[in-house]
Amino acid sequence: MYYILMIIGAVLVNNIILAQFLGICPFLGVSNKISTAVGMGAAVVFVMTLATMVTSIINIYLLIPFNILFLQTIVFILVIAALVQMVEIILKKISPPLYQALGIFLPLITTNCAVLGVAILVTQKFPTSIFDSVIYTISIAVGFTLAIVIFAGIREQMDTVDIPKGMQGVPIALITAGILSLAFMGFAGLV
Amino acid sequence: MNKIKILTNGFIKENPTLVLVLGTCPSLAVTTSIFNALGMGMATTFVLLMSNALISLLKNVIPDKVRIPSYILVIATFVSIVDLVIQGFVPALSASLGIFIPLIVVNCIVLGRAEAFASKNTVFDSMLDGIGMGIGFTIAITIIAFFRELLGSGTLFGQTIIPFDGILIFVLAPGAFIVFGFTIAAVRWLQNRNK
Repeated sequence: MYYILMIIGAVLVNNIILAQFLGICPFLGVSNKISTAVGMGAAVVFVMTLATMVTSIINIYLLIPFNILFLQTIVFILVIAALVQMVEIILKKISPPLYQALGIFLPLITTNCAVLGVAILVTQKFPTSIFDSVIYTISIAVGFTLAIVIFAGIREQMDTVDIPKGMQGVPIALITAGILSLAFMGFAGLV
Repeated sequence: MNKIKILTNGFIKENPTLVLVLGTCPSLAVTTSIFNALGMGMATTFVLLMSNALISLLKNVIPDKVRIPSYILVIATFVSIVDLVIQGFVPALSASLGIFIPLIVVNCIVLGRAEAFASKNTVFDSMLDGIGMGIGFTIAITIIAFFRELLGSGTLFGQTIIPFDGILIFVLAPGAFIVFGFTIAAVRWLQNRNK
């Protein structure tokens, strides 16, 4: 029950994009088509889970015992950048089809604030449990995918609509995101 | 004249937030009050100034292939400094900005200026560019925060301006998206009108 509530909370109630404002850049940047949005979502699920697993291990077994938490930001961003590079090289070698599908999204993810943000959030929320951290991260990443895919669906429809000149592009996308976020607020109080 | 142009470039013409639409996450998250927005703006300006200066200084030493990780390391160092300073001297700001202070590391504006400007220009020009972009970012998020705080709770800097309960939605997440969207639209309208 504890985990079910945690998952619902992370996917719907505290959606990472629509309620916590992390990962807005890819949300606006790669949401023109549903297919690319799905690809980005899959890449984020993969990288975010891996990154949090590694950073929470580092946090629990290195940073806390040696009392060097002030290095957290530097260590985490370097680990994530190195990890993304490594994933890219390994995928290229082992599974070319998967690399074809996720490849172009991987470099974008290094500068995605959602990955670093979640790595830091998780160390505050679950400072001692790696298992809880990973489950929580997977649900956050699923929430990210859900939001970006829904948003891409709306934007595909919007291509056919006549929008005033000044509102075209980013402004109308942001206002749409605002209305979507309003809809997600309906889930508040569910958990 | 040229130096002034470098400095003011980021204010309006190439405003990083409202024209280039970079660094959107903090623009949405910390704009619930003007106090938070100014704090965030100053922290980011400091990081931009210092990282631009140092990267410009090191531009001939850093090998081309590892430049992005090197830039990130430089930026992360200054962000950690800012984080510790804010925790030490302004704990209230640290509590309300929370996770978004360490996230200055992945603010695309900082890395973007390092790559696009500091790696090609002199130290002094890079510092001017850093300050200009930082001020542009601060102006943009302060405008957003102004409307969100005024409409959301009827206050400015915590002082009551309009005595009413406030439209709650502007303080919550949807208000951030909507105000940001309309602000960008307004800036575009003004720019097109001046042409």
